[in-house]
Amino acid sequence: MLLYTLKRLLLTIPTLIGVAVLVFFMLRIVPGDIVEVKLRADGGNVTEEVMQQERERLGLNRPLYVQFADYMWGLARFDLGISMWTERPVIEEIMIRLELSLEVAILATIFATLISIPLGTAAALFRNTWIDYVVRVLTIGGLSIPSFWFGMIISLSLLSLFNWLPPITFTPIYEDPVANLSQLIWPALAVGYRYCAVTARMIRSSLLEVLAEDYIRTARAKGVYEKLVVSRHALRNALLPAITVMGLEFAFLIGGLVVTEQVFNLNGIGQLFVQSVSRNDFMLIQGMVIMIAGFYVIINLVVDLLYAVFDPRIRYGG
Amino acid sequence: MEAKVQVQSRAAQTSVPLLAVEDLHVRFETSRGVVRAVEGVSYTVNRGEVVAVVGESGCGKSVSALTIMRLLAKTGRVTRGRIMLEGRNLLELSEDDMRAVRGHEISMIFQEPMTSLNPVLSIGAQIMEPLLIHLKMTEEEARGRALELMQQVGITDGERRLSQYPHQLSGGMRQRVMIAIGLACKPKLIIADEPTTALDVTIQAQILELMKNLSRELGIALVIITHNLGIVARYADRVNVMYAANIIEKGSADDIFLQPAHPYTNGLMRSVPRLDEPRGTKLQTIEGLPPDLRMPPEGCRFAARCPHKLEKCLKPIELIDLGKGHEARCHRVDEIMSGALKVEFPSGPPVTSQAHIGDKPILEVANLRKYFGVKAAGGIFSNEMATVRAVDDVSFAIAPGETLGLVGESGCGKTTVGRVVLRLDEATGGSIKFSGTDVTHHSGREMRGVRRKIQVIFQDPYSSLNPRMTIGEIIAEPLKVYGIVPEKKARAARVGELLTQVGLFPYMAERYPHELSGGQRQRVGIARALALEPELIVCDEPVSALDVSIQGQVINLLEDLQTRLGLTFLFIAHDLAVVRHISDRVAVMYLGRIMELADRDEIYERPLHPYTKALLDAAPIPDPRIERARAPRALRGEIPSPLTPPSGCVFHTRCPIALDVCKQKVPETRDMSKGHLVACHRAEEIQRSEVLQGA
Repeated sequence: MLLYTLKRLLLTIPTLIGVAVLVFFMLRIVPGDIVEVKLRADGGNVTEEVMQQERERLGLNRPLYVQFADYMWGLARFDLGISMWTERPVIEEIMIRLELSLEVAILATIFATLISIPLGTAAALFRNTWIDYVVRVLTIGGLSIPSFWFGMIISLSLLSLFNWLPPITFTPIYEDPVANLSQLIWPALAVGYRYCAVTARMIRSSLLEVLAEDYIRTARAKGVYEKLVVSRHALRNALLPAITVMGLEFAFLIGGLVVTEQVFNLNGIGQLFVQSVSRNDFMLIQGMVIMIAGFYVIINLVVDLLYAVFDPRIRYGG
Repeated sequence: MEAKVQVQSRAAQTSVPLLAVEDLHVRFETSRGVVRAVEGVSYTVNRGEVVAVVGESGCGKSVSALTIMRLLAKTGRVTRGRIMLEGRNLLELSEDDMRAVRGHEISMIFQEPMTSLNPVLSIGAQIMEPLLIHLKMTEEEARGRALELMQQVGITDGERRLSQYPHQLSGGMRQRVMIAIGLACKPKLIIADEPTTALDVTIQAQILELMKNLSRELGIALVIITHNLGIVARYADRVNVMYAANIIEKGSADDIFLQPAHPYTNGLMRSVPRLDEPRGTKLQTIEGLPPDLRMPPEGCRFAARCPHKLEKCLKPIELIDLGKGHEARCHRVDEIMSGALKVEFPSGPPVTSQAHIGDKPILEVANLRKYFGVKAAGGIFSNEMATVRAVDDVSFAIAPGETLGLVGESGCGKTTVGRVVLRLDEATGGSIKFSGTDVTHHSGREMRGVRRKIQVIFQDPYSSLNPRMTIGEIIAEPLKVYGIVPEKKARAARVGELLTQVGLFPYMAERYPHELSGGQRQRVGIARALALEPELIVCDEPVSALDVSIQGQVINLLEDLQTRLGLTFLFIAHDLAVVRHISDRVAVMYLGRIMELADRDEIYERPLHPYTKALLDAAPIPDPRIERARAPRALRGEIPSPLTPPSGCVFHTRCPIALDVCKQKVPETRDMSKGHLVACHRAEEIQRSEVLQGA
């Protein structure tokens, strides 16, 4: 298992190189560059000469293959380069926001897991009763209501009911958990609703499928308590597909909270993404894409390893 | 309190049977109407007795068993009747009291050992579960008892097995685990629902022998639910025959097999090919289908299919007592029992073989090998491949008009032979000659011409027809693809013709596969194969998914078509009796090799290979007299993995007469007399009856 994990981690290297190559050249196809945005965007009247100087300073006028080699060489040393806009290291730019985004994602996952498993199970066990209908309506809502809108509703409710708004500045959780949670719990709820809905529906349908399996009948024929039939015999099997969905959702949350972050005024990865794209900040975009790709790969690995924990039929040899 | 209950039940033992099902009615509410799955079923089971419930699919036998356990699906409802277990009506128990009965007083063993065990729980946890729940044992005690149970059901190496998971065990082993779970709390009654249907013949014999012995030693009553009459004849004390939600006949095994009273029971016996019947006889078949249980006929439910029905058969009928517990639900039972009416079902003239054995063979397979590379349990970077020798050095020839039966247990490579002959799989070595032309390495285009001449009928009529195409489209497709009948109208006419040929009606061309029964679908499969006017048809288990009475119809149809159209069959099956019935010559395969190949009478009467002998011994014959006379002779052990086949003769690990030479040298295939080919080092001794006598 350990060997397998190591192998899988090694395999992420070619994947990430592929992503790096792809994103590097795709960005270069797009017309325009950061210098234009920086100097001419607000109707600024800057001479061509100045622009050339700025390009030279940022190394944008070098031949493409030189830029590429330079970039790849940096990657090999875990150096993502320097943001063309803020002129701070890309890693630094990402890291100061990653903590926040990661925490929102983790909070959302905890929230979704805690709610979706009992919800999905109840819906499956009481299939076609009012309980099932309520769950189904709730989850359909989760799928169709956009997170940012739900986030706005939460903010407005907080304001009108309690005349209170969550803090805007980020406090790390190890410094002041209360302040931290009072800021981040709301966006986590907003995105967690969708997350929870997707997972609950998955658990409901896979549990229904599992409950019709022969081995569930066997368990009942053994005289196992119905509670145990569900918790021990059925749920363990039914959780497998849910794990896949949860992994994908989690990876999505790292980079995909663009609008929700806006709503709650959070300085997270999503906002950074929007900014860097609108500024044509190639270095930052490249760095973020690679980081998110890395997240996807690692979360996939975690999902695969979790599979092995839950299902003895899956054993990864070394 | 406990003691009092025991005294009561002991008192009850003298008078009441262990289990009494009384006038049971079960209905299912479905979207398409109320299905009356069980109607007025009554039977009793005494202590230590083996009672069989026999019938075809949909007759209500499994539903009645699940009702005893109160494990019916939610749509099922008991509308009338009682189920008395030692004087308690199980249907009136609270859910928790009933739970305490399940697995403790009554256990159930299910059909599919592959899916009946929980894949994510260890074998040990699953065996120990009822012990912990019902007997309140400690982990320690339960573990000890589990080991004891494993030994009892013949699982060696129990300590290691306890921590294994179901997927690490073979089908036979899993069924033993199921039996161990069933036995765990020493129940009074075990209900076994088709316990061996999914298993191979030799493993089936082992499991049934085990169940019978355990029930005898431990005094556990056994209800066996099955469609296999042979099993009933071998193991049952009393038999209940079910048809269309009713019990239509009940009695001792001797009554049912030697003096069947109901025409359906008669028909059932005769539509099954038997290992002990004379050759050339045609199967008698019960025409038609069982009635729709949403609106069963008021009178005798079998009347529509009965060749001896009269006016009065349309009136309702109850079970009529024939004495000594023999009962039958038939208006004409007196005539039948007195011999005034001889029950006869339509068959046809006996078949004469059309084989032109002397002629040039139509299909010649020489030294055929098919190896599959499977990825060894390595990882991403290792490319270690293990080789499965699915087919290893197989040679045979089929003469025009002949039927060659290819028989063997699962995993023996018989289906792979069929696939390679059809060129669905590429041969690893050897050659395939069709009509004298070597087609082993024909390209796709070259094969097109040959493909027309070789067609296939598949096992599963449910999944081998495209559900979104009409029957007409399915049959017309090859006609269109090969441009045989390019014109649309003519094609429709040809489809009608083909449907008639296989005993269906032209109007069925408009229907979709799900609107047809299993037997009808298999007929469609046959019509599709016939569409191209092939010379050779590879039949891969064409009847094994069908009910007994339908099986007979399809076998007769295949025989008719062969006679009429001069077809040649490569008939692949695991059922020895079916193969014997239809084949001219039979090849027995084991682990990728042909063990024995001979004329079918020769091979069934004078088998010269110990494996053939074992197969024949393991297959039960539906006649209790013969079965009683036969010594139980279950082949020991399991089929080895084709990944690591035994050295020398592949059969030596299970062979009762293996010598040292068998472990070292692969036996050559030798002609023992007039084309009787055997691959066994000791064939001469067997021929001279020096070894394996009386088998």
